[in-house]
Amino acid sequence: MAKEFKGRPVIAGECTVEAVVSRQGFNTLASFQKSALAKKKETIVSDQNNSDLFGKNITGKALCLPQTIGSTTGGMVIYTATALKIHPRAMLFSEPIDSLAAAGVILADVWTNDTITAVDNLGQEFLDYVQDGMKVEIKMDGTVIVG
Amino acid sequence: MEYKMILTPEEEAILNGSQGETMAKVIKTLILYGETFGAKRFVEVTAPGHLVTSFGISIMSPVFNITQELIDAGLKAKAPFTVDPRPIDYANVKCNPIEKLIFSKILYGEQARYEAQLRKLGLKDKNAFTCACYLDDVGNIPKKGDILSWAESSAVVYTNSVIGARCNRNSGIIELFGMILGKVPEFDLLTDEGRKAKWIIEVKTSKKPEAQILGSAIGLKVMEDVPFIRGLDKFIGTTLDDETKSYLKDMGAATASNGAVGLYHVENLTPEAVEFGEDIINKDAKVYVIDDAELERVKASYPVMWKDPNGKPDRCFIGCPHLTFAQLGQWTAKFEAELKKQGKTKVGMNTIMTTAPDVLEAFKKNDKANYDKLIKMGIHLTSICPLMYMNNPLCGKKNVLTNSNKLRTYTTSRYYTDDEICEIAVKGDI
Repeated sequence: MAKEFKGRPVIAGECTVEAVVSRQGFNTLASFQKSALAKKKETIVSDQNNSDLFGKNITGKALCLPQTIGSTTGGMVIYTATALKIHPRAMLFSEPIDSLAAAGVILADVWTNDTITAVDNLGQEFLDYVQDGMKVEIKMDGTVIVG
Repeated sequence: MEYKMILTPEEEAILNGSQGETMAKVIKTLILYGETFGAKRFVEVTAPGHLVTSFGISIMSPVFNITQELIDAGLKAKAPFTVDPRPIDYANVKCNPIEKLIFSKILYGEQARYEAQLRKLGLKDKNAFTCACYLDDVGNIPKKGDILSWAESSAVVYTNSVIGARCNRNSGIIELFGMILGKVPEFDLLTDEGRKAKWIIEVKTSKKPEAQILGSAIGLKVMEDVPFIRGLDKFIGTTLDDETKSYLKDMGAATASNGAVGLYHVENLTPEAVEFGEDIINKDAKVYVIDDAELERVKASYPVMWKDPNGKPDRCFIGCPHLTFAQLGQWTAKFEAELKKQGKTKVGMNTIMTTAPDVLEAFKKNDKANYDKLIKMGIHLTSICPLMYMNNPLCGKKNVLTNSNKLRTYTTSRYYTDDEICEIAVKGDI
């Protein structure tokens, strides 16, 4: 059964994509670096500390997460991933978006022709409910329908 | 488009293109960034900046396109800035010919172009490449209360916590935009409220905790929140001397890389903890107790990423973040004692210590006896960033040891405590 959650659109957008879920903080540099360096066409998460995502493809998907963590290259890495077109289609945060992720999605929005739809404040219930492979529909006002 | 931030007439004009289209995009980015966090206005940056991006890695070409656009628009930082370390140093970090070819021509093929861009944007000088720009010999040292536009997680957490300056955990590029505008949006760690602790960390260990593991435990638990650390002053004192600042540098870097900590307070030690005492703790702060067992649990949780976990180590990196002048002396004494204990005169494996270019120059000049000792022991000194050096498929295959929890987090290197790594480096095997 589909369930609806309401968040805040940081970068508003509409799309329906598949979810990929990190229950823990998403380490941006550690996650993207291997695929970016190897010039892959998709991002296979390389963060050894993230057992939820390690080895999974996040390109074109709705990355569901609490927040991002790690190095302050984080925003720049999200921007670069977008410019290289290996970025997630959306980032859905259960908590308030952190400064590095915000920088990344804003840089992508202002400085590239592509965009990552970003919604934050979706709540812990959202992160508990959403599972890998579920269909996620995102609306302009920050409504997210899962399942 | 309507913005919620209150802009001065000058800022409004910049947004409308009075200083060109590129500058309009710079301020628009900073406005959107600030508004996301409820910033109501810009505040003036009051001290020089520090940039996180130091590496001309070809895959980051979209970033170099932005920097070129800034240069073409005639923009530069308001004050000379420092930047993170370079990725390669063939003289002191040996590479075989294939590695050299890949580093120079493919991986870091944009290094020369990017450094030329940095000079045009306002780089301080040729020695400005270090993650520890706040060290005395480097001299990018803000004052308490200064407003900064910095990135580099270890530098931001240090300057906020140990110096008491004010800087958000800015991302790469955002910090450069703040340096160019000379202003940053006011939110979070720039405000009194944002600097209050949401966690109380009770250190209840039987001995001085390893800085890198303590920081890791705190980071993994509190994520981006501000912790107030109790019980640590019992082990590291109440004076911010060189030894204590070195400890806090390493602990902070681990909190920032294993979690996302931008500021911590240490009871009776760091400036705001001393000034405000417990008033700096939020009333509903959560509590995390760290004892010997908890540190052991955290250390045991680190995965071994070597292809052969029982393989022989190839190389050892000490100094991420860059070592301080005091730490270079401490490591000299530590290796001297371990060599004596094992009846050797030289280390048994390729051992590399990293420090800032200015610190290395000062060490060679002012502590020549210890510098000569390290060289005689077979230890190499360099100013590269081991993280950037290791971020490639060739180095990823090597069995690298480190005492840095940051390096462990981002690479396949394997973490050992200071004592363990010293013993292994001398022995040449685990």
